[in-house]
This record gives sequence, C-alpha cells and structure tokens, in this order.
Amino acid sequence: MKTLKTANTGESVTVIKLEGEGATKRRIMDMGITKGSTVVVRKVAPLGDPIEITVRGYELSLRKADAEKIIVE
Amino acid sequence: MAIKIALAGNPNCGKTTMFNELTGSSQYVGNWPGVTVEKKEGKLKGNKDVIIMDLPGIYSLSPYTLEEVITRNYLLDEKPDAIINIVDASNIERNLYLTTQIVEIGIPTIVALNMMDVVEKNGDKINTAQLSKELGCMVVETSAVKGTGLRDLIGKALEIAKSGEKTVARHKFDDEVEAAVGTIGELVQARIADGSELKWYSVKFFERDEKVREKLKLDDGLAAEIEGVIKNCEEKLDDDSESIITNERYNYISKVIQKSYKKSGRGMTTSDRIDRVVTNRWLALPIFFGILWIIYYISITSVGDMTIGWVESFFGWIQGGVETGLTSLGASEWALDLIVNGIVGSISAIFIYVPQLMILFLFLSLLEDSGYMARVAFIMDRIFRKFGLSGKSFIPMLIGTGCSIPGIMASRTIENEKDRKMTIMLTPFIPCGAKLPVFAMFIAMMFPGESWVGPSIYMISICMVIVSGIILKRTKRFAGEPAPFVMELPNYKLPRFKGVAIHMWEKAKSFVKKAGTVIFVACTALWIMQNFSFTLSYVGADRIDESMLATIGHAVRWVFMPLGFGDSWAPVVASLTGLVAKEVVVATFASVGSAVPISFTQVSAFAFMMFTLFAAPCFAAIGSMKKEFGSWKSTLFAVSYQTGFAYICAFLVNTIGSFIFRGTSAVKPKVLDISLMESSSENAVVNGDIVLIVFGALIVVALIIGISGKFRSSKKYAELSR
Repeated sequence: MKTLKTANTGESVTVIKLEGEGATKRRIMDMGITKGSTVVVRKVAPLGDPIEITVRGYELSLRKADAEKIIVE
Repeated sequence: MAIKIALAGNPNCGKTTMFNELTGSSQYVGNWPGVTVEKKEGKLKGNKDVIIMDLPGIYSLSPYTLEEVITRNYLLDEKPDAIINIVDASNIERNLYLTTQIVEIGIPTIVALNMMDVVEKNGDKINTAQLSKELGCMVVETSAVKGTGLRDLIGKALEIAKSGEKTVARHKFDDEVEAAVGTIGELVQARIADGSELKWYSVKFFERDEKVREKLKLDDGLAAEIEGVIKNCEEKLDDDSESIITNERYNYISKVIQKSYKKSGRGMTTSDRIDRVVTNRWLALPIFFGILWIIYYISITSVGDMTIGWVESFFGWIQGGVETGLTSLGASEWALDLIVNGIVGSISAIFIYVPQLMILFLFLSLLEDSGYMARVAFIMDRIFRKFGLSGKSFIPMLIGTGCSIPGIMASRTIENEKDRKMTIMLTPFIPCGAKLPVFAMFIAMMFPGESWVGPSIYMISICMVIVSGIILKRTKRFAGEPAPFVMELPNYKLPRFKGVAIHMWEKAKSFVKKAGTVIFVACTALWIMQNFSFTLSYVGADRIDESMLATIGHAVRWVFMPLGFGDSWAPVVASLTGLVAKEVVVATFASVGSAVPISFTQVSAFAFMMFTLFAAPCFAAIGSMKKEFGSWKSTLFAVSYQTGFAYICAFLVNTIGSFIFRGTSAVKPKVLDISLMESSSENAVVNGDIVLIVFGALIVVALIIGISGKFRSSKKYAELSR
C-alpha cells in the first residue's frame, strides 16, 4: 500500500483514500487533499520533516506522520 | 443604525490589505473575549455609519479550530448585514471551498475576486458572470494592492446589506447526499427560527458537528432519527459523513472552475524559483540564520540599542527639566521624587521599548508579508514540535534574548492557540538584555575568572525551556492532541510599504494602550512602597531599610531561606524592585548595600541568579503577556508558573550545591563590594557573542537531528523492503 509519505520527491500521485479521523483528517481534507485529487511531492524540509506538496494549484506542507495516512497511487 | 459588513476569507488572500484600504487609520484592534485571537474593527473611509469587521483568516468553517469557531459564532449570532468573502483568484480552487460554506449561512454575501492583477499577469482568464451564476451571489473583481475594484465592491456590498436579500446557496451535492441533508432539514426545521439558516444547520447535523449539536439540544428520539439518516448515507457512499461533504464541495468547485476559469498553462513562477533556493536542503538553514542574525543585529544590538539610549536621555532630560521647575516652585522632597521618579519614571518605563518594538515589527511584518514566515515554520518544525512548541516559536525566543516584550508580541505569528500560549509563557525564560547586568555583577564579584558561568546561564535557560515545554504539555491547560501541522506555503510577495507601516504603527499603539496601563500602575505602586514607610512618612533612597518594601522583605524573607539568600531582606527587595526592570536589581543592591552589608556565598549567588532568570519578568513583560493572552487568568497562571519554577530551580541549586561543596570556599559568605557594584555590572562577561555561540550550537543540534532522522528512516525502509 503506497502512502504520500513513501512517494518520491517530484512524483505526481492520485489520492485514493484518507485514513484517520477527527480534526486532523478534516483539516487535511479542508486544505483540498480529497479523494481523486492530484498531489505532487515537491520537497522534504532540510531536517527531514515535514514535506512540501502541490495540491489544487498551491503549495502545502504537512508532516510525514500525517502523510502516512494518505493512501495514494 | 450602523451597517455592519464582515470580511471573511482564507489566510493570505489579501484580507488585511483590503481592510486597511477600506478603513484607513480608523481601526480598533483588540482580542476576541478570553482568547489570544486578534479582533479588528474599523469604520469605512468617508462613511462613518459603516462598520467593517475583519474576521480571522480561515480555510473552513469546521468546529475544530478556535479561529473558525469564532468566525462561525460571529456570523450566526451577530448577523452582520453583509459578508464580503475575499477570494484569492490566483488560488481560486481552495479559496472557493470556504465560499461554498459561507453562502449556506443565509446572510447577504458578495464575493471579491481579489488579486486579479496576479491572475492577469499569469495570462489566466476568469468568467465572472458565469461564476456569479454558479455561486448564487455577486462577484466583483478587485485588487486590494492596486486599489482597483474596491469602490465597485463596497457599493454593491452596501446595496445588498440595505436590501437585506439573503444569499441562497446554489450548489448541489450528490443526489444521495442531497436527499439525506434534505431529510435532516425537514426533521430539524421546527427548531430553527430563521428559515434561511436551514441549509447550514442541516449540513452541520449531517456532519455530526459537535458545536451545533450542543447549541440546538435535540431530544434523543430526533437525534436517533438523524443518526439513522446519516448512517444510511455513509453506508451507501462508504465514507464518513464529514468527508462526504468535504469531497462533495471540492467536486462541485472543480466543475465550477472548469466552466469559468481558463488557465494559460503557466511555467515556473518567480515564487517557485525563490523557494527552490530558500528552502533548499543545504542552503535553507544558513539563509535562515543569516536573516535572523541581520534582524537581531539591527533591532537588538545596534539600532535598537541606540533608540533605547535616545529614549532614556529624552526622559532624563524631561526629568531634569521637571525637577528644576518644581524645585524653583519650592516643592517638597517627596513630591519632587514622586513626580520625577515615580510618575515620569513610570511613563518612561512604558516608552523606552517602543522604538525598538517598532523596528522589530518592521522586520516581522516584512517576514510575514513576504511569505517567508511560513517557511520558517517549515524549516524549524522538526525540532520544536518535540517539546510542544511550533517551528515559529524560534523567532520570539531569539528576540527574547534582547527583550522579552517584543518576543512575547512576536508570538502573534503562531497560528495554533496552545503553541502560542506556551511560547508567550516560556519566552521570558530566555535571559533578556536587562538581566545581563545582574548576572555580570554576580559573576564579577562572586565568580571572578570563572568563564563557564556566563555561557552556562544560557545553556540552562534553553534546557529549562525544553523541560518546561515537556512539563506543561502534561498539564490540563496544554494537554491534548498536537495541532495538525498542515500549513499553506503562500507565494512569495513583495511586501508593501503601506501595509508594513500600518502594522508597525498598530503594534506600537496597542502596546502603549494595553500594556501601558499595567506598567504604569504597577511601577507607580512599587515606587510608593519603596519610598514610604507603613506610617506613610517619606523615607527616600537613603533610608530604604524603613520603607514598606523593606518591611515586607523582612516579613517574607523566610520564604527564601531554603534558597540560600533569605538571611537578609536585601535580595528579597531587589527581586521585587526587579519587577520594574531587571537592571534595577543592581541599583537596589547598591542602595541597600550602602546601608547594610549584603553577603552571598557562591552557591547562594548562583541560586539567586537562577531565581532572577526564571521568576516573573518585569511589569512591562507581564503587561504584554496580559495583552497577548487577553485574560488575567492566563497571565496569573503564567507568572505563578514562572515564579514557582524559579523557586524550585533556586532551591535545587542551593540544596545540592551546599551539599556537594560543603566545607569548601563555595559556601563561604562574602560581602558584596558596593563601590565595585555598578562598574562590574557593566562588565561584558556575558555579551552578544554568546548569542552567536548559542546559534552555532543550535545549528549543530539541528543538523544532528536531521541526519540521525534520515539515518533512522532509511533503516526503517530497509526493514520494510526486506
């Protein structure tokens, strides 16, 4: 099972499912990471976490712990 | 009756610029009751009957963040006459997500398609008429930065506010969802007074929104019926109801955009190019520390320090003038002292930091407006989240090495309420410039030639910030899930002079107004206690041992016995006068010491330094803490925590130190030499270089964490692939 955390830098992936619940999940979805959306992994922060992605035409950063809950293909 | 218009929109959509353009200088800035979220109100330029309300920047109307709940409550309870929903047209997809929620509330709404200049520059085209038809409300193209479209916008906003014609949401969800929401609407209809809010409440009930459930307490039967409808729909669509709605909104927006937005297919923008360098794996940290060093150097060390000197000599000049004037009028000694030192002195305690604050806020708003501040959090997050702080906490703490007040005020840039409160509480732990003379004096007198003492104070303070972060995270006040760090990295922008200037002016004004009263009252009260005895006769500086303060010091000095410096009342009184400003501690020792000898051992001197380092900061810092917290309760909690923590630290130092060094010269009392006191306090035992050393240490720590993290994760992947 591939997650956003394991996606490579520069890779473009499609979101198929979001795990988790409550505030964090809602926040991630509010920011536009919903089922079927396209996400491009842009880079990893200098200290190895968080990561930067492009979604719905803008740049977003999220922690790897949260990226792990986003199932992609 | 005044017309109320609320500005709502995402962070970074140009809302503040728009607010400044519409209201000019007639702004009132405060806090929402009981929380640290800023509340801004202003009157429309040229029309005093129109009040513009700047709501917090939000992405959604979920019940999970403070800012979103404040906005929801305001819109539903206060019912503004119209909402201007500002949409960043260059980032339209995510911005419209909030729009789909706002139009459900049933308040006359108008959409301002802001940043149209950026869209045009990118060569994109938006069909405004089509968009307006889809959304069910008027859409006006604007550019707050260029000032275009604003007249048209406000004209139309006033039109809908006066007509009171409510906006009705036009978007349709999937049939299944629409049916479920409709059924819920029928079930709760009787409970909702204003029919135009029905859509909002139905959707919120479908999402199982806790806040709405609490507000409209439904009886169990009805609640169960609604739950049945939700469950049924969830099973059919195989997702939870909240996610279903979010998905549906974005699906709808995608459709709208397809019809009304033409993209030119842009290549790499300037912003992307800047970001490639600035957050580059190897360059990010050096650039970050370089920028910080420039800010620190200008606002604290060079220009900032100069301005403090100017304000000091300005007030010195006023004090001199007043003194000469009053003496020639034949004023008595105590009246002279009251006016010159008590009142003028207290006022100068407020203004002394104002120019430095303004310089600092100039830089902070440059960082914020340019979009770099978000990158700071991105770069530093990994280190700070480990002890319950945000990546952005680094800036307040660094500034705190100069002065806690701007540090505390700089915490405004931290979005999360808990992180912000924690940063406000812990910033005074960092030794500020005013505490240095105290340390320098003790080091010169009690630890001559021992160069480890100065740096050790910085190291201890950093360790204690970390320890406190870990402790506080376990208290009820700060417990709970760490805030999700899902943060937008906005495009880089050239900051506008006007916005930066307004920001600076506002900060200075609100500091003087909000913190000023606290500082003035506290300083004056302490002056009276220092100069009068309990029989209300004037004692002045020469007979300080008869003052109320000394009497109190006598009475409570036993509290400080376990810390090693309770044998005399002098350290107690010095700690109290230190509340005016920490450098006053030295002056108090000097004036008391001329009356009675003060003795310390090396151990108790170190304990006293620890106490000064962590105990309640000066009144000016407490005042700005109160201003930022927006509540006395939190302020008292913070001050008690700091003082309690200081007490424990000093106690441990004294107890353990006395045990380890028993029988050595470290526990031999030594009388402080008054004649050397003032000069030794100016000793540069601890100076600006320390900050650079600490910087260096932090970079090393950061690199170690980064590299070890990379090593660990690559090991984890190795296991996975096996």
